Amino acid sequence: MSNAGEWLRGEGPHHQIVVSSRVRLARNLRDRAFPGWAKKAERTAILELIKPHVEKLPEMQDSFSELLQDLSALEKQVLVERHLISREHAAKSAGSAVVMNRRQTLSIMINEEDHLRMQSMRSGLQLKQAFKLLDKIDTALENELEFAYDQRLGYLTACPTNVGTGMRASAMLHLPGLVLSELINQVVQAVSKIGLAVRGLYGEGTEAMGNLFQISNQTTLGEKEDEIIARLTKVIETIIDKEHDARQVLIQKKSNTLWDQIGRAYGVLTYAHAMSSKEALNLLSIIKLGIDLGAFPEEKRLPIDELFIDTQPAHLQKTSQQKLNAEERDHLRAQIIRARLKVLPKPDISKLATDSGNGSRPASSEQ
Amino acid sequence: MLCDVCKCNDATVFLTQIIEGKMQKVNLCDACSKEKGVQDPTGFALADLLLGIGAAEEIEKGSPTQRCPVCGFTQADFKKTGRLGCSTCYATFTEALTALLKAMHKGTAHVGKVPERAHRAGELSDKMRNLSESLQKAVAEENYETAASLRDQIKQLESELAG
Repeated sequence: MSNAGEWLRGEGPHHQIVVSSRVRLARNLRDRAFPGWAKKAERTAILELIKPHVEKLPEMQDSFSELLQDLSALEKQVLVERHLISREHAAKSAGSAVVMNRRQTLSIMINEEDHLRMQSMRSGLQLKQAFKLLDKIDTALENELEFAYDQRLGYLTACPTNVGTGMRASAMLHLPGLVLSELINQVVQAVSKIGLAVRGLYGEGTEAMGNLFQISNQTTLGEKEDEIIARLTKVIETIIDKEHDARQVLIQKKSNTLWDQIGRAYGVLTYAHAMSSKEALNLLSIIKLGIDLGAFPEEKRLPIDELFIDTQPAHLQKTSQQKLNAEERDHLRAQIIRARLKVLPKPDISKLATDSGNGSRPASSEQ
Repeated sequence: MLCDVCKCNDATVFLTQIIEGKMQKVNLCDACSKEKGVQDPTGFALADLLLGIGAAEEIEKGSPTQRCPVCGFTQADFKKTGRLGCSTCYATFTEALTALLKAMHKGTAHVGKVPERAHRAGELSDKMRNLSESLQKAVAEENYETAASLRDQIKQLESELAG
């Protein structure tokens, strides 16, 4: 568990823009109280019933299985920052557990909001593949456990918003081009109109830190799983095209601004001695864009990508092995970034590519 | 006018959403609108908010004291938490939930994955329905030999379903 998950090592299709794909399925046992309503004894009984079947899965042969009460607050927070458990699950204690594979591409929460929350993570745009794995696991588990299912309503879940397929598919997108060219709100509004949800990944409100956005299906009843995934994938592909277009326009029409942003991000990250999590994410996002555009060498991508997770508060605490206050964290964060950036050469404007990497199309000049 | 969420402060933020001709209104006080992220045009999902308030309205349809026979959950509990008690609650509170689900989702019936167990049960019940219809027809046509055979098949199927 010392390293971040395999899904972060961007190798998947469209990995420059789609950081990761994630699908989760919610399942419950028939006629047993949902975790939020069950008494502690019943929750524990349900956990003991489900856990052995999860641990027995061939996909979980080399896995971590932890009871939530055995994890420290810091360990839970690290798992949250790696997106392996939800914030809600981190708040749980006795009667809840998490089982995840060593590659950190599959995580099964027991007694979160539902008895089972299974999620599969992949690098790049691979929603279909992520679902395929979960579907297989779900089928294996339903041979052992009787899931709550209704002929009309499908899989029954604690919250009516998940009933039907119980599936939420989402992708994390890095969209600095659309943010810098102030087109992001248009995209967000268009996507919201077609029954999909877009939200900033970190933080709340309009500030999507690190230019990271999560897009997911909003509804679960009345549409087949593969239809939801196909529709979502298509919309994401359109957003990828828009992001490439926006980057091309920035290069052609606002290259000074772009160059200035990349230079400033490099300067601040290289020399700062105190840095908040928010500032770090926003500047790292610009460096990531610089790599996509060829201003920095491609082989430095991984150390930069890893900083997005390694500079999160719980990961910093874990590194320093002691409790840090906000000021100490900001110092340590800056220190880690300075050390990591030593390998990164100065941005090279001459390499600023007019082609922004895989999947790009020539931009229309009418924007 | 009071805030729809906390029901104690005066509402200062008034939201209207029209989806497919259906108009929904929410009135919020300053504190609740901030808490729900209303001032944020990107992260705010009116649907999430309406789920809570809509649930409160829809739920009035049933009796508030009705209890789920399996888990003892009541409609008042749903109103409070927005979550149900167990899978049987969907049948217990079906009246209140139907409109809510309709407003929330793309369709009203599940069309996705069917677990193998439910699939088998579904096939058997389809078969049973066909046999019963054939039996009635045979009796009406006074075709007693066919009727007798159909009756035997139904008995056989009943024992399969019971097993």
